Amino acid sequence: MSEILVLVDHVDGEVKKVTLELLTLARSLGTPAAVWAGPGITDAAKARLAEYGAEKIYVEGSGDIVDFVVAPKAELLAHLMAEKSPAAVLVAATSEGKEIAGRLAVKTDSGVITDAVGLGEGFVAEQSIFGGGVNVRSRVRRGTPIVAVRPNSTAPVAAAGAGAEEQVSLMLSGSARGARVLDRVKQEKGARPELTEAAIVVSGGRGVGSAENFSVIEGLADALGAAVGASRAATDAGWYPHQFQVGQTGKTVSPQLYVAAGISGAIQHRAGMQTAKTIVAINKDPEAPIFELADYGVVGDLHQVVPQLAEEVKKRK
Amino acid sequence: MNIVVCVKQVPDTATERKLRSDDKTLDRDAVDGVVNELDEYAVEEALKLKEAHGGEVTVLTMGPGKATETIRKALAMGADKAVHLTDDALHGSDALSTSYALSQALKRIGFDLVVLGSESTDARTGMLPAMLAERLDVPQLTLANKVEIEGGEVVIQRITDYGYDKVAAELPAVLSVVEKINEPRYPSFKGIMAAKKKPVETLAIGDAEIAADQVGLGAAWSEVVEFAAAPPRAAGTIVKDEGDGGQKAADFLASKKFI
Ligand SMILES: Cc1cc2nc3c(=O)[nH]c(=O)nc-3n(C[C@H](O)[C@H](O)[C@H](O)COP(=O)(O)OP(=O)(O)OC[C@H]3O[C@@H](n4cnc5c(N)ncnc54)[C@H](O)[C@@H]3O)c2cc1C
Ligand SMILES: Nc1ncnc2c1ncn2[C@@H]1O[C@H](COP(=O)(O)O)[C@@H](O)[C@H]1O
Repeated sequence: MSEILVLVDHVDGEVKKVTLELLTLARSLGTPAAVWAGPGITDAAKARLAEYGAEKIYVEGSGDIVDFVVAPKAELLAHLMAEKSPAAVLVAATSEGKEIAGRLAVKTDSGVITDAVGLGEGFVAEQSIFGGGVNVRSRVRRGTPIVAVRPNSTAPVAAAGAGAEEQVSLMLSGSARGARVLDRVKQEKGARPELTEAAIVVSGGRGVGSAENFSVIEGLADALGAAVGASRAATDAGWYPHQFQVGQTGKTVSPQLYVAAGISGAIQHRAGMQTAKTIVAINKDPEAPIFELADYGVVGDLHQVVPQLAEEVKKRK
Repeated sequence: MNIVVCVKQVPDTATERKLRSDDKTLDRDAVDGVVNELDEYAVEEALKLKEAHGGEVTVLTMGPGKATETIRKALAMGADKAVHLTDDALHGSDALSTSYALSQALKRIGFDLVVLGSESTDARTGMLPAMLAERLDVPQLTLANKVEIEGGEVVIQRITDYGYDKVAAELPAVLSVVEKINEPRYPSFKGIMAAKKKPVETLAIGDAEIAADQVGLGAAWSEVVEFAAAPPRAAGTIVKDEGDGGQKAADFLASKKFI
């Protein structure tokens, strides 16, 4: 079976969960080969990739790859596509993943599909568009399929692969060195799972009322082992940092469970969360549109309901 | 500085959007077109940069005839002139074709800086800015929530999962902006009147040396195989909090094995 390249998403030497999902998906369609771009690969990371089925691990470990924005990673993948003729290339549908996919598609004259929530035989991708109103099946018909897959689209399943490491060295072109990263600024990130990867997300909106009150949301999130999200009204008010915004112009999340507290459910918010498998809403307005999406809704004051729910969760765990 | 801002007309997100049953493309005739919300931030940023550094702002739109409404709005906000790339041959173009067509138009117009929104509300690919940088062979300064230009160098804050990256590049470059970057101005009455007299150049594909076999539905690198309205979500259970709302919600979570 031919190889399927999976671009590894990693932070501080750790492989992100979405990569394990992509390897699982790749295994059902061909032979997964992981591509590691940048310095910092560890034995533990290699073992993890192999555990989830990577037969090969291509490593280009130079700093240049990550010191310039997006273009070097696209160049690396293009180089591997020319050399290995894979059947497809999978990346995570994060903002950066989609940008990499876009540049790669131009470079290799190949079709690209973004925000796939499923991928089957013949690399036919499933997508959910127009705020969840329409389900689409689409496919690439020119070149090698490049598919950006949303985190949480598949459950990662371990199945050992050989994990044979192969060093790759790439001569970066001048064009790929156009946009230099001068500095990386990390804003507070606690022990919580990352928003786009989390199986459970608890989000707060304008109804939370203040920055201090977000501790109510965090309390429930921690009881459930969830990530915290926020509506734009809450991030605009400065109650929660922008990188936690869920929606059209924030993160797109697709968790198993999404809890929305004090969020009305504006179309731009829905665009970022409507593919969640189960949705729970807490809102004091029975007419709030979020209830149209909710599998379970509580009409009430979140300041009562959410702490009580957090207590119950802790009790029953 | 010669700034070109790419603005797209999209269906109003408040209306029901549909795919056409014949060729499976977005039905643009059936719905009201509005400026892609995120592109208003791109126009605003372009105007601010012009105000600070001088130059001219040109609006570039690829879309059907009625996209002129969108162009007028951007002109009313304060852009100087516009180019409307419109041709039946462009109907059904995917992201690869659109980026190709826009890049050809941009080469013809000439630019120091191209400014885009970070995403369109209809296609939602978020790829156009990166694709344009690749095609035009200029640096990619995307997902900016802050932009500064000094001399020939642009420095942005690029939004990331963990916070932001500070990124620098020389002009010419492609810039995309997120909605935190500014507050778009409303067109004034004077602006709306002035917009009517501003020049709008209409280009067909031949005028911008766009190869017919690289655009439109026939050339698309990807295709919709089939589509269907999403099955309606089964109506959920909604309860009123009687002092035990949290417990009831916990019962629900337990029934779904979340706890
Ligand atoms: C270009 C653009 C991009 C956008 N992108 C995004 C985006 O990415 N993400 C996003 O979220 N929004 C986005 N928006 C904004 C969006 O339109 C809404 O304004 C926003 O989602 C509203 O946030 P909210 O639901 O928290 O606030 P509101 O709409 O004000 O709703 C607050 C809700 O809280 C309820 N409430 C109040 N007090 C309590 C209480 N004590 N207990 C329980 N419930 C209570 C109220 O009944 C109400 O339903 C965007 C808008 C634009 C124009
Ligand atoms: N047809 C178009 N005409 C002009 N600009 C466009 C067009 N399509 C996309 N863009 C620009 O590209 C950005 C990203 O769009 P997208 O990649 O479709 O999500 C938009 O915010 C616009 O600035």
